[in-house]
Amino acid sequence: MMDILNALTVIGNFVLIPGLAYGSQLALGALGVTLVYSVLRFSNFAHGEMMSFGAMLSVLVTFWLQSAGIGLGLLPTALIALPVSILGTILLCLLIDRLVYRYYRQTRAPNVTYLIVSIGVMFTIGGLVRFIIGPSDRIFTDGSRFIIKARSFKEMTGLNEGLAIKMTQGVTLATAIVIVIAVFWFLNKTRTGKSMRAYSDNEDLALLSGINPERVVMITWVIAAALAAIAGTLYGLDKSFKPFTFLQLLLPIFAAAIVGGVGSPVGAIAGGFVIAFSELFITFAYKKVLTYLLPESLAPESLMQLLSTEYKIALSFIILVIVLLIRPTGLFSGKTL
Amino acid sequence: MFAMMAALLAIVGIFQSWNVALTIVNLCLISSIMTLGVNIQWGYAGLVNFGMMGFTALGGLAAVLIAMPPVPEAWAAGGSGVMAGLVIIIATAIVSLLIWKQLKGRGAKRYWLTALSIVIGVVIMRLVADPSIAAIESVESARTGYLGGFGLPVTLSWIAGGFVAAGAAFVIGRISLGLRSDYLAIATLGISEIVIYVLKNEDWLARGVKNINGLPRPVPYEIELQASQWVVQLADMLGASVVDVSTITVKLSYAGLFTIVLLIFLWLSEVALRSPWGRMMRAIRDNEVAANAMGKHVTAHHLQVFILGSAMVGVAGAMLTTLDGQFTPASYQPLRFTFLIWVMVIVGGSGNNFGSVLGGFIVWFFWIESEPLGLWFISTITAGLADGSALKTQLVENAAHMRLMTMGIILLVMLRFAPQGLLPEQKR
Repeated sequence: MMDILNALTVIGNFVLIPGLAYGSQLALGALGVTLVYSVLRFSNFAHGEMMSFGAMLSVLVTFWLQSAGIGLGLLPTALIALPVSILGTILLCLLIDRLVYRYYRQTRAPNVTYLIVSIGVMFTIGGLVRFIIGPSDRIFTDGSRFIIKARSFKEMTGLNEGLAIKMTQGVTLATAIVIVIAVFWFLNKTRTGKSMRAYSDNEDLALLSGINPERVVMITWVIAAALAAIAGTLYGLDKSFKPFTFLQLLLPIFAAAIVGGVGSPVGAIAGGFVIAFSELFITFAYKKVLTYLLPESLAPESLMQLLSTEYKIALSFIILVIVLLIRPTGLFSGKTL
Repeated sequence: MFAMMAALLAIVGIFQSWNVALTIVNLCLISSIMTLGVNIQWGYAGLVNFGMMGFTALGGLAAVLIAMPPVPEAWAAGGSGVMAGLVIIIATAIVSLLIWKQLKGRGAKRYWLTALSIVIGVVIMRLVADPSIAAIESVESARTGYLGGFGLPVTLSWIAGGFVAAGAAFVIGRISLGLRSDYLAIATLGISEIVIYVLKNEDWLARGVKNINGLPRPVPYEIELQASQWVVQLADMLGASVVDVSTITVKLSYAGLFTIVLLIFLWLSEVALRSPWGRMMRAIRDNEVAANAMGKHVTAHHLQVFILGSAMVGVAGAMLTTLDGQFTPASYQPLRFTFLIWVMVIVGGSGNNFGSVLGGFIVWFFWIESEPLGLWFISTITAGLADGSALKTQLVENAAHMRLMTMGIILLVMLRFAPQGLLPEQKR
């Protein structure tokens, strides 16, 4: 019995908790990508850089708050900075939409054009972020480091294995839950949210029933920008803020959106967790777990990894490619191109 | 336009140094070949391939495999094991494909059996190959620790790079060309990342992140040139230092070789564009349904053009590795090797080969020169600010990152006001 609990704790500590945190970050990112896709009908390659921009604003405001001596005690200061960064990212997105995307909407450009335009936006925001904050690594996490420490968990339960929950992981999960509930409430209950869904279902019908397309697009950008800023800040809190990681994060996010079914908000959330958990479960070294579960004579010698840890990120691309090949509509049947 | 480009390069030559100018020229030439590759995919056929980086890296791998001397100790230690592993993986792929094809329309059974055969194949492969890989990697791991290449002249690798990339493009194209624009873009981007991860982690193949240095060169070394009589005389005649003359000679000979390759590709692309084949490609691009109705096999032709374009990028990748004299998998970034090439094609003019070449030159030129230009610009506008003020240090420090923003803005402006590019496609 103890052995099973120990084994479960190991999995919980190294797979479940990191997976929940990473999965929520991906889910928030994928939700933004999916919303932009379903309303504006293109894959937004600039989404990673939007996250980067939001995270950068959080970093700057956090540093300023820290120097002013304002903090949240145990919680990271970045939570106070978050509203500012959301606002800033929304303004940036609306500005970009006004200057760049609106023209292509009016000329009804094909969606390949949007794709390439979003790459231009990606370069521009990426350059802007590096220009403002520089390319180096910034750590802006403060407050207490852990909610539960590995050692106190051991003392509490009397198990051999510790279970540590980092503060950033807890904050990530809590924020993600609140935000996801808010977004779904908005999409399903409010008039604006309903008009948004109608617009994404059938543009012409929505126009006929008197929905203002510019307003729908604006609201989409507001939500997508807010989600990007939150996801970026949470990722930065959990790992650290480095401008170039966000381009690498873009593919797992696309993978999450596609696995869930592009255009389906529920799918985006599910996809985020599918990607996060498969990355962790497949590269996890099962040696310790099996040592607990199997009789001593069968205890494994090697690490018992299905795939070495270096391939962690590559794995999400592999899942992406496989899903694209055998089920391009994704798990929750989103739109196909 | 081309004259203006030459003038710009001459300005760099005069004001910075001819050495810098020639470095830029060499990379411009390579970039132009890559843009030609993208152009025949995007400009002729309308395919969005964001996997350029992968094909570049595969070309670089070909350069290593062709030109580096073999490592007999490593072959003795584990060559047979690795080869057996490769055979097993190919057999697995064939068997899985057969199962996949045979079980069409059998529902979930098809997925499970295919997945099972892949898993079994991978497990057998790892059992066979893992000890050999470990053995290979432990052969003098500081210096070699990989199988080495064939020890052939490095220029041969340019052709080989084309073939390696073409082979990869065949496989990638077969699996992903059924997808439409957005998905194809994301899938190819993902696949190119997978290629880079494999190159980074499979040390037995090309040492992974430990890199490979000192690839043989197709041109003489500077040191040899400095010892030879005619270089010394030439330096005397020009009144320049022997070192300068020798490095410039080396770079000029590279530039000569690259120009020959570029001209061959340019000629081939132009011939293809004007041929019935080119007309058919444009027909497919402009209206797939109509072309299909006319009896043209759309997917097969997409595959053709995908392979041809990727092969060109592979050649360019091999040339790039030859020029650098080293193979560093970690240096392959999508921003530089995929998206920047796309900026070149769009700016130059998609569908026009000369436009693509021009785009390659201009964009690479500004990619390199926007650093000094940005610094100059920033220091001019901040000249009024006091030295040591926080804003000024910040601006001057980060001026180097202007180039990303510059590229983005150039791309956006071009797309908005001149979507045809600098040299638009000719109507025929």
